[in-house]
Amino acid sequence: MIQEFKKVWKQYTIGMLWLLGLLWPLLGIHPDGTITFQKTVTVWSYILAGTFVCLMIYVMKAGDSLKFISNPVSRVAGNIKKVSTAFPTWVWISVTLVFALIYPLFAGRYGTDVAINVLLYICLGLGLNVVVGLAGMLDLGYIAFYGVGAYTYAVLNVTYGLAFWVCLPLSALTACIAGCIVGYPTLRMRGDYLAIVTLGFGEIIRIILNNWMTLTNGPNGILGIKPIGIFLPIFENGFTFEHFWVKKLQFFYYFALALVIVAVIAVQRLNFSRVGRAWESIREDETAAELMGVNTFIYKLLAYAMGAVFAGIAGAFFAARMKFVSPESFTFLESAMVLCMVVLGGMGSIPGIILGVIALIALPEIFREFQSYRMLIFGATMIIMMLFRPAGLIPAKRMGTRSEEKEG
Amino acid sequence: MEYFIQQLINGITLGGMYALIALGYTMVYGVIQLINFAHGEFFAAGGYVGAIALAYFAGLGYMGTHPVICLTASFMIAMAYCAYLAVGVEKIAYKPLRKQSRLAALLSALGMSIFLSNGMMLTQGVYDKVYPGELFQGRFDFGMVTISYLQIMIVSLTACLLVGLNLLVFKTKIGMAMRATAQDKTMSALVAIGSNRIISLTFAIGAGLAAAAGIMYGLYYGSVKYDMGFVPGIKAFAAAVLGGIGNITGAMIGGLIIGMVEIFGAGYISGEYKDVFAFIILIAVLYFKPNGIMGENIDDTRV
Repeated sequence: MIQEFKKVWKQYTIGMLWLLGLLWPLLGIHPDGTITFQKTVTVWSYILAGTFVCLMIYVMKAGDSLKFISNPVSRVAGNIKKVSTAFPTWVWISVTLVFALIYPLFAGRYGTDVAINVLLYICLGLGLNVVVGLAGMLDLGYIAFYGVGAYTYAVLNVTYGLAFWVCLPLSALTACIAGCIVGYPTLRMRGDYLAIVTLGFGEIIRIILNNWMTLTNGPNGILGIKPIGIFLPIFENGFTFEHFWVKKLQFFYYFALALVIVAVIAVQRLNFSRVGRAWESIREDETAAELMGVNTFIYKLLAYAMGAVFAGIAGAFFAARMKFVSPESFTFLESAMVLCMVVLGGMGSIPGIILGVIALIALPEIFREFQSYRMLIFGATMIIMMLFRPAGLIPAKRMGTRSEEKEG
Repeated sequence: MEYFIQQLINGITLGGMYALIALGYTMVYGVIQLINFAHGEFFAAGGYVGAIALAYFAGLGYMGTHPVICLTASFMIAMAYCAYLAVGVEKIAYKPLRKQSRLAALLSALGMSIFLSNGMMLTQGVYDKVYPGELFQGRFDFGMVTISYLQIMIVSLTACLLVGLNLLVFKTKIGMAMRATAQDKTMSALVAIGSNRIISLTFAIGAGLAAAAGIMYGLYYGSVKYDMGFVPGIKAFAAAVLGGIGNITGAMIGGLIIGMVEIFGAGYISGEYKDVFAFIILIAVLYFKPNGIMGENIDDTRV
């Protein structure tokens, strides 16, 4: 352990002093011409204490001094694994499903609200996963398709009075068209450029939403969107249908849950179909995929369109739930957040994405006092994940390294 | 005609700032083939530190008596701070990932960008930070065309920095080492060039230039905000791509072009869509001429 500590203490000390130097000008110099140190040192010492604990855990782990904890933990983990493989997968899926079904009965209004948020983000994450995880194209403007879907429903509903179920396929369609428009010129580009161009497209769509006053009402957004309406059969005077607005959060929760179940099944089926294999071959090595007869152009465009469709549908649900849309909801930070969920959970793995969304949406709700630190922690999480576990919490089973990256 | 010349002058001012930011992107890309997403945040941090330093000097009362010295000192402080910040960022977020896939490095850079902008928000507050406005109030009037002292200061300082950078890269031993590292890290290591040190230096120089641009932006528009680095960062990246990423001269020309296009687009087409023009240029360049107007990494002028 001492050996391990000797290896890292110098870097740690330099890093912490460096941080002190970075913090002090921001916190210690005041516009009235005074210089203080107290606040800087306080903040810095909190960070120092926190990182020191992490460092000690790391050192002890590296020096095998944590055996008394890690051994039982790994034994428990092994047992859990044994139990989990003892039951077939469908048992676990049905347990999750039953939990999801009964959740609103005991969660209360606030809990249901958070759960709906989680479900919508799962749908978004699954869509982004098709683009990033399966086809391997980094898309930083993904939230724009969500916005297109939401605005399609909002405009059609408020201006033309169309019902939700009519607008849902139209939302998917407009998002899909937007995806193709973005996808078509970007397909020739390499990884990094692709990321920047999609980011640019996302911003363009947001600026258009912000400035096209006649259609989108600009930064004020669109108010008064109707919720989902359904026809319930009534058996009182014979057999009639009654129109019914889904206003209660509990009912909306079930619609969102149905959406997620459909999305999960769709992504799973896509992943193990001919199309999914084609995407993965493009991700692993585009040249080789083309050589084997995969039409890379069509499949990349399809990945974009497919991802956009998921986002468009989720967007329509979002608009129906919030009853209000404005360009504020579709900024770049949202794109980064969805990407962060996918990366944290594990690109290309469905349970990973669900876990990632829960980690990034539900956990901040529990620690509400740290609300303002949320994005800070997001950023830090992304860096730390990339440094220590680039494949995510639950890595996908079929994932390789791109051949051109191995060389360089 | 006067309107055109006026817009041209405004365009050069803005384009010079974009050129300064774009240089950081292009130098870092030239050396380690990474799009440094956090570069826009160096720009914002420079603006903030400049504002803090200027406000501090104003608080001490030196601002009224020695404005030029205060301004120079603020530029120095902000540039040094951002260079220091960039070296730290590079060591933490990029250096361990050099052997990993480029996607990992890109995501780490994105995370760093979010982290830094929120760090600035938490330490400096959500609201705009106002720059002291009494500096460089005067202006020259040529009929309808006016040039403020501030614009002259910005353009001349930008020109000095660009010339200085060109001298550094093309005339000195350090510049030679940087170009060598950009071409071949292994080979340059064999001739005793410490590639780690050179990469850190590249980051530091790029961030210093971005910080200078940050103060200019603050002086020009009157205030800075924690999330202001994002959009200029993307536009500057567009400039770097337009000039051919990895190409220093290209980045300068690209920055000027993007600045001009933005100003003229806002002046003649639509002010509301001024941010869109830079993105459209970026997309068009990548689609029709992915190597940029000056060509990407073709000869030994790359850093």
